[in-house]
Amino acid sequence: MENFEPVIVAFCCHYCAYTAADMAGSQRLPYPANVKIIRVPCSGKVDALHIVKAFEKGADGVYVAGCLEGDCHFKNGNERAARRIDFVKKYLEEIGIESERLEMTTMSAGMGHRFAEVATQMTEKIRALGPSPVKAAQAA
Amino acid sequence: MKTESKLEKVLKAGHLAVTGECGPPRGAKPEEVIAKSKHLEGIVDAINVTDNQTAMVRMSSLAASVLIKQQGLNPLLQVTSRDRNRLAMQADIIGAYSLGIDNMLCLSGDHTKFGDHPSAMNVHDIDSIQMIQMVKDMRDKGIFQGGAELKGAPKMFIGAAANPFADPFELRVMRLEKKIEAGADFIQTQCIFNVDKFATWMEGVCKRGLHKRCYILAGVTPIKSLGAAKYMANRVPGMDVPKEIVERMASVPKEKQAEEGVTICVETIEKLKQIEGVAGFHIMAIEWEEIVKEICERAGLLPRPQV
Amino acid sequence: MITAERKPLEELIEYIKPYKRILLLGCNECVTVCAAGGRKEVGLLASGLQMAMLKNGKNIEIQQHTLERQCDPEYVEELVQMIDGADAVMSMACGCGVQQVAMRYKDKPVFPAVNTKFMGASERQGVWAERCQGCGNCLLGATGGICPIARCAKQLMNGPCGGSVTGHCEISEDVDCAWQLIWDRLKALGQTERYLEIMPAKDWRPAGGSGPRKIIREDLAE
Repeated sequence: MENFEPVIVAFCCHYCAYTAADMAGSQRLPYPANVKIIRVPCSGKVDALHIVKAFEKGADGVYVAGCLEGDCHFKNGNERAARRIDFVKKYLEEIGIESERLEMTTMSAGMGHRFAEVATQMTEKIRALGPSPVKAAQAA
Repeated sequence: MKTESKLEKVLKAGHLAVTGECGPPRGAKPEEVIAKSKHLEGIVDAINVTDNQTAMVRMSSLAASVLIKQQGLNPLLQVTSRDRNRLAMQADIIGAYSLGIDNMLCLSGDHTKFGDHPSAMNVHDIDSIQMIQMVKDMRDKGIFQGGAELKGAPKMFIGAAANPFADPFELRVMRLEKKIEAGADFIQTQCIFNVDKFATWMEGVCKRGLHKRCYILAGVTPIKSLGAAKYMANRVPGMDVPKEIVERMASVPKEKQAEEGVTICVETIEKLKQIEGVAGFHIMAIEWEEIVKEICERAGLLPRPQV
Repeated sequence: MITAERKPLEELIEYIKPYKRILLLGCNECVTVCAAGGRKEVGLLASGLQMAMLKNGKNIEIQQHTLERQCDPEYVEELVQMIDGADAVMSMACGCGVQQVAMRYKDKPVFPAVNTKFMGASERQGVWAERCQGCGNCLLGATGGICPIARCAKQLMNGPCGGSVTGHCEISEDVDCAWQLIWDRLKALGQTERYLEIMPAKDWRPAGGSGPRKIIREDLAE
């Protein structure tokens, strides 16, 4: 457990967070390698099933990164994503997974710093929480 | 005369009728029913006995009515469609009449949501208007609701409620007309604090000649405290307590509020007397039955006529 | 449509505890439309149950399948292929679907995964509201197309009670007063006088009062 390296899945919107990740790279901003990025056309595309499956397949934390409020390229995909995240958080609690392991965040394409910051914060938070209870039970 | 009801006789003779109210206790305490009704002895022509009011379980209105009858007083049995289907209602009506009860009030009843058994099923097999029809057919045609012949028809003086203050206001006169059409002999209204609005409603009632087809008893309630005024103004659905009334209650010190409430009530009765079509008063002094005598005295409604 | 809502996971876990191989069965009709028991919800529940059981140290096998229509024996028959591979079935269909499966596969335990709620219509995305109680003798023609049986908290057939305030029901500000809606419609149709017609006491037999109901179309029935 001391050497626990969390697996974090980040669903990143193509128009903002994914580009911000690129920006972070070209600016040589370090961020934890724990974060596995999945590019999506819009944060609103991320389905509850994608999130739950990520946990089932071994993720310790998941976050969805969409555009800033009012900036969605598809009008309100980011708002829908936020509501869906709230819904899945409740479901995770029912399953017995701490809902803090799932977050919604927003940023713009130019925010390389913010991308690195969010990735770092999420990794630290999940590291502190430890492995997902599902994974922990399997390992035991 | 459709019945032997004393209330009908008073109204028929052209007197302003007075009815009171008695809420049965939440337990087997017959003495409470008797004590409450004694406050109304010689003061009112009939005593409404509520039926699980506010959807809280109480002694049955039928049993409490019998207790009141045994005191030589004149009960008015309230029946809601919330708790019984048409079989149970007809059985109770026959039973009530057999025990000397000849007035009743047909109501739909407060929703169970408001009471102490919110998980109970609301029956509503028939609604209040259909109940009026049913009781009238039992009385006048001697048939059960199901169509079979009824021997020993209960001769009930049939009442219904009207709330001129609920929405949609423009439909409220027609709703009264429907109740009269169904067979209501008399009406008791929701508590009136907004006399102007009541007068507007009564204008509509008289325009359609409804006041000539049934007796309309105007409902009044003495407010005991500022808190009670605020509660009725804000928390009771379909109750219209104008700001001026609440302000007037607030303008007097706490220990004088009950007295002010009685004064407002008496003044309201005086104003209502001036309105065409008002055939009497239904005084709802909830858990304050002893005050009805003073209200009636001050409003010039005593002594009650002997009929 | 028939609307439904998933039961709490805790209750579902209790049902399947004794079993190892579960057939989780969705339905492609109403419960898909109201997002309670379609293919997607089957996937979500399978994943959730799997994880919840793993957390309790138990590995179960969940087979996912969604039938075109679970209330139709023709489709329920499809399960013949896979039913032997399951110790128990958990159905995400409405109560009709659950019972079809139970009747067809008599030796297989079948559990409901959803609470069947009401016949409703979609008010807007994600919101369904009760509109019909299947009383068997439609009176919408007399009430301006608004049902007082399904939409009045007291099922009043002759007008609003004294608790109707500014268009909403006394039980909640979130519930429209059915009779306000009816009145508004009658006004819009220029038929306010229709309100005066007394609707007589309802015959509840077609509503289920005379026992379980059945429709037989002689020309179709085999």
